[in-house]
Amino acid sequence: MYNFLPHTDQTRQEMLEDIGLKSVDDLFSNINKSIRSGLSNFNMPYGVSELEAKEKLSMLANNNLSLSNCISFLGGGTYYRYIPACVNTVMERSEFLTSYTPYQPEVSQGTLQVIYEYQSMICNLTGMDVANASVYDGATACAEGILMAARITRRSKALVASSINPDYKEVIKTYCHGGNIDIDYISVKDGKSDIENIKPEDYACILIQNPNYFGSVEDIFEISEICRKTGAKFIVCTDLVSITLIKKPASYGADVVVGDIQALGLPAAFGGPHGGFIACKTDYVRQIPGRITGMTKDHDGRTAFTLTLQTREQHIRRAKATSNICSNQALMALAATVYLSVMGPEGLKEAATVSSARAHYLAEKISKISGFTVMFNNFLYEFTLRIENCFSAEKLLNELKEQNILAGIPLGNKFPEYKNCILVCVTEMNSIAEIDKFAAALEKITSKCSLRG
Amino acid sequence: MTEIIFEKSRPGRRGVKLPEAGIECDLNKYLPEDILQDEKINLPELTELDVMRHFINLSGKNFSVDTVFYPLGSCTMKYNPKISEYTSSLDGFLNIHPDQDESTVQGALQLMYELQEYLKIITGLDAVSLQPAAGAHGELTGILIVKKYFEKKGEKRTKVIIPDSAHGTNPASAKMCGFDIVEIKSDSKGLVDIDELKKLLNDDVAALMMTNPNTLGLFEENIQEISKLMHEAGALLYYDGANLNAIMGITNPALMGFDIVHVNLHKTFSTPHGGGGPGAGPVAVTEKLASYLPVPVIVKNNDIYSLEYNLENTIGKVKAYYGNFGVLVRAYTYILMMGREGLKRASEDAVLNANYLKEKLKKYYDLPYDRLCMHEFVLSADKQKQKGINALGIAKRLMDFDIHPPTVYFPLIVHEAMMIEPTETESKETLDNFIEVMRQINTEIENDAELVQESPLKTPVTKVDETLAARQPDLRWK
Repeated sequence: MYNFLPHTDQTRQEMLEDIGLKSVDDLFSNINKSIRSGLSNFNMPYGVSELEAKEKLSMLANNNLSLSNCISFLGGGTYYRYIPACVNTVMERSEFLTSYTPYQPEVSQGTLQVIYEYQSMICNLTGMDVANASVYDGATACAEGILMAARITRRSKALVASSINPDYKEVIKTYCHGGNIDIDYISVKDGKSDIENIKPEDYACILIQNPNYFGSVEDIFEISEICRKTGAKFIVCTDLVSITLIKKPASYGADVVVGDIQALGLPAAFGGPHGGFIACKTDYVRQIPGRITGMTKDHDGRTAFTLTLQTREQHIRRAKATSNICSNQALMALAATVYLSVMGPEGLKEAATVSSARAHYLAEKISKISGFTVMFNNFLYEFTLRIENCFSAEKLLNELKEQNILAGIPLGNKFPEYKNCILVCVTEMNSIAEIDKFAAALEKITSKCSLRG
Repeated sequence: MTEIIFEKSRPGRRGVKLPEAGIECDLNKYLPEDILQDEKINLPELTELDVMRHFINLSGKNFSVDTVFYPLGSCTMKYNPKISEYTSSLDGFLNIHPDQDESTVQGALQLMYELQEYLKIITGLDAVSLQPAAGAHGELTGILIVKKYFEKKGEKRTKVIIPDSAHGTNPASAKMCGFDIVEIKSDSKGLVDIDELKKLLNDDVAALMMTNPNTLGLFEENIQEISKLMHEAGALLYYDGANLNAIMGITNPALMGFDIVHVNLHKTFSTPHGGGGPGAGPVAVTEKLASYLPVPVIVKNNDIYSLEYNLENTIGKVKAYYGNFGVLVRAYTYILMMGREGLKRASEDAVLNANYLKEKLKKYYDLPYDRLCMHEFVLSADKQKQKGINALGIAKRLMDFDIHPPTVYFPLIVHEAMMIEPTETESKETLDNFIEVMRQINTEIENDAELVQESPLKTPVTKVDETLAARQPDLRWK
């Protein structure tokens, strides 16, 4: 017998005969023989038992260095944060896990209400009026946000901060090439967008990330003002954990707010599945991509939920849809909703303040070690560290890796102006003891240099 | 009584508490005061028990594959093995950062590399990217490859041909890449009309997007001729892998002549649909298009696995990092267990189950294309509509029998369409029960249409007012 297949050979034969066929081959008689592969040409390995599969997968998993088995300061868009146990318990619920897009509201009220609550929480965090049910990730959220702004303004050029996540920048470039939208970039100065360098053109939007990729808070009020003056929509990409420390994007004039929800209760998982959010002002609701859930009534007047405003979507509007997105990241939105519910306003604030306090503690410690410079101090929980001793960034990261410390993300490849810099992130997962250990390791490295010096 | 989570909130109540910071920090030292947050965020304040009751009770209001038969056409709602949940939750997969040094993630890279290799065998094509996060995302990736390919060749081709039976994502994806859409009609057999295609082909055409078997569940028998016509016209042929579950080990897109394929791992390779994602939509291409794939792809040299960014004509990135990795782990686990014979048998049984249902149900419902079908088929409720109950009415009535409705009103070319995909994991007893229920509903429509009209009656809510939702949008709790 085969895994997961119920029919015995006898059942198959009975079913075939019942519908007037002789053999399984007859089921495929409309496929020309010349394009049949047949098992002999289907060069896959033979199937294995669940036990053997589990062993193979465990072996592969063990060939990875887990964040739980080392000291990690990696962030840059993917964060190792504490995930309360109940988040996984809810995610594993078969009724959420093995259902699909809630096209039939009467048998999908669970998923639909979750999406409605998720939308509400995203709105409360960003200060926007409307949020969609999710997109793939923060990068595609940025790209879709720009396409949205182009439709709203009927302009075909976007201005994008160079200080955003480099992967996001790449994805924006790809999507904009598809949509025939030109991109200009705002150069970086002192770890922030260089406002002096912005030429007020007819941009569809200005997109920034705040806090930006280097961890720094941008000059948001000034950029917002430029948007107002030029009619460009202001798109802000943000990490929602930061909202407990700095103002909501709505309060500094954002028109569209985008970002990734991974930090809200989702594991790093080698970069996915994470989830993107898009929130906007009511005026732009017809241009937002993806699913949206609304509250309504059932036949008996009771509160009920359903997918709504579907005339924006591909299954109704086809080529005229606001996006091609169909499957999104519903399960990730569920995780974020459970996370935000169990953390509450105080818990979320704790995650941010603990991270921020410890990050500044680390930065100040490192500042005192010769051979290292903390580049900018206007950060929350991620900062840029320049290595100025005999070690290159690469060599330093390797040296620390040997000590089981993942010190940060090298910036030189993507940002030539920050050659020999690394991006260091601190979360509540980094204890003071870990931080001290990291600082001590850096001190040792510097002393090695001076010995050699 | 439906209560929103915010209504359950009580000021001061706490769920999870984090450790103390251990040090003080005054952000005023580092940031201007006008940017610092001075208000409390409006999130619910609850205990963990409040949270659990809320969400577990909500879960009970869903139909799911683990609870009911879910023959939602085109979505391949097969059983999702629990071992895949286990493997994808292993610490070494769950807690690895995408920016970790390659030497510390060799297991993850090996898994991705091997999955690329498996998908090459299954599709018959030469190179694979695992980056796209869903089927529609794979389409976007594929059509961006088409666009870049012709740009490189210096040919200005502006049109993509798409059958009228296609998924809505196809025209939407092509449009996002700046192409004009040309719709091609299906012929009386439900297949792409070859004569019509000949008329449409010229130097402006960049590609034809096809699903094979198509959305009617029919195999495009003329695929070899179509492929020849497209390639003679200098255009590319795109395969929407939504229906790949019908053909594994039987034929493949390469043998049919396709240049680009996207595969829906969440359908064919049985990863859970999660209430609407996450999915994964890897793209496979022929040798000549390999350099156009998104970067990075995973390569292997001397038993070391690494991320290769250096592809000459790459379209760039379509997603941050490398793909929905957790979904890839699940699909890999499934493929490993099924193996060559298991995958082939899965396709055979999927096709057998569909044909079995089709033959039994055509006695009660119109079958517009009465032929051998593949893994799914489309009935019409035209006959029942004349008695007062349309496809939607039948869908709602099915809920009272604890069966998730088929996809309704799609494909658009069939009136009152009901698209049924049983999948291979359903037993004969489940199929026979479905047949019996569908027979009974038809009888009810003939004798007591009013009862059906009022359905569903046993669901957590009765018929939902979708018009009200659209007319007075209430999209967030205030």
